[in-house]
Amino acid sequence: MAMKKETDDRFKKFGTVSFTAITKTNDFIGHLENGKVMGTRCRDCGLEFFPPRADCFHCFSSHMEWFEVSGTGKLITYSQLEFGPVGFEDDLPYAIAILDYEDFKVFGRIAGDIPEDEITLGMEMETKVTRLPNNQLSYVFQKV
Amino acid sequence: MGKVGIIGVGQSNFVRQYPGSIRELAFEGFKDAMKHANITTGNIDASMICSAPEYDKQRSPAGIFAEYLGLNPQPTFYVESLCSSSSMGLRLAYSLVKSGLHDVVAIIGFQKMSEISSSESQERMGRGADIQWESPFGTMMPAYYAMYARAHMDAYGTTLEDLARVRVKAATYGQMNEKAVYRKPVTAEMFSDTENRMSGPVATPLRVGDCCANADGSSCIIVANEEKARAFCSKPVWILGLGAATTSVNLAGRDLFTGLTVGKQAADQAYQMAGITQKNIDVAEVHDCFTIAELMAYENLGFAKPGEGKELIRGKETYKEGTIPVNVDGGLLSKGHPIGATGGSQIRTIVLQLRDEAGEIQVRRPEIGLVHNIGGVGLYGSVTILGR
Ligand SMILES: [Zn+2]
Repeated sequence: MAMKKETDDRFKKFGTVSFTAITKTNDFIGHLENGKVMGTRCRDCGLEFFPPRADCFHCFSSHMEWFEVSGTGKLITYSQLEFGPVGFEDDLPYAIAILDYEDFKVFGRIAGDIPEDEITLGMEMETKVTRLPNNQLSYVFQKV
Repeated sequence: MGKVGIIGVGQSNFVRQYPGSIRELAFEGFKDAMKHANITTGNIDASMICSAPEYDKQRSPAGIFAEYLGLNPQPTFYVESLCSSSSMGLRLAYSLVKSGLHDVVAIIGFQKMSEISSSESQERMGRGADIQWESPFGTMMPAYYAMYARAHMDAYGTTLEDLARVRVKAATYGQMNEKAVYRKPVTAEMFSDTENRMSGPVATPLRVGDCCANADGSSCIIVANEEKARAFCSKPVWILGLGAATTSVNLAGRDLFTGLTVGKQAADQAYQMAGITQKNIDVAEVHDCFTIAELMAYENLGFAKPGEGKELIRGKETYKEGTIPVNVDGGLLSKGHPIGATGGSQIRTIVLQLRDEAGEIQVRRPEIGLVHNIGGVGLYGSVTILGR
């Protein structure tokens, strides 16, 4: 008798509140479980994507491989929120930001333990996996 | 091929909480425009209903509106591009008229934001972002524009005082606009007074006073082909140029954080189509959902060089008496921003200006006006150039 196929809805584990459950990039969550933040690279044309994609808009290939977001990125800009959307109230205040890794950029949050007066544009930061109090998985930007 | 003209414009009052249903709200803007155009519903060949999704219980509002506004059995279409929905509706109506498929089209924009709570509304606005890769971090519209503000301030020395100046200008004219939701004066001192609500933090560096208010409202623009426009209307306003562009939703997919590429690209297209430059613009409406957005619009439209938007507001050049009056109806900051109705309201202001019907805020004999309407966080850009 065939086993009932389970739905792979791992993506609902991403962030404080995830709005997506099923995606072809669900392995992103598996990599977070293993402590790695990963993007995808097109096996056919070499283009790198972060956030990861299942499909390449450049050459229309769907042959992707994972690469690790390593090293540091430059802080382009950020904002600290004093109000949050429904479901994020307990996280306040928190800062959303963008890091520039040159070949790609990463959108995310600055680690909550960094005071705002220690944040300056242009500073080098790393992207690190974090497990949230509600047991969800995410990543944050930390000082080098 | 003939031109496409605007023969009537209208809008409801923009209010905090409209005491009626969405079809009744839409009726207000439509009725205002129909009276302005002095035509009957039988003259309208098709309607475009424009709003941002997920505010209404009603699925497919276009069908309900077509019936309630007396526009059966003519076809109706729903247009959605967040805050730029009704400008994009105008673009599509232009193409329907220009193609000869329809002679007269009504573009009705609306939003009843009070259908849901403010925090639910923020959650929906946040989901105007990339829900897979951005929204799980707890994103909100003010924080996104705040990121642009910080980058702009860092790159060019734009200050919090410059941002406050934009709000002070908006309030100067909002007080004169009887359809605006915010009609009180705002002073620079309010922003430096930590006790004042205007100076309260929302998303650093933006404060309460840097953000426009949610509102309920509707707007309506009626366009016609050249023959009908001349037959129905003694002073039609012609659509001279149209531009539209998109970019990556996720900010990680963008390269510019000191301006909106879609605003610049849409402007370049519209100037080219109209065969003019920014020097020919006599009056403009720009998408000031946040104070920083107005300064970036000055630069993206070419009214100022990149980084020099602050000089225009410091010199009061965008006041009614200045070299390029901008948002002299109070802008989104004072009028309020009922998402789907906003573009139509901006177009209405410029049409009234070009017909010398703007009353207290009338700019002296403008020949050409511009409307800059942005959807999402610089996601959709629309620029429309109108002339008498
Ligand atoms: Zn490829």
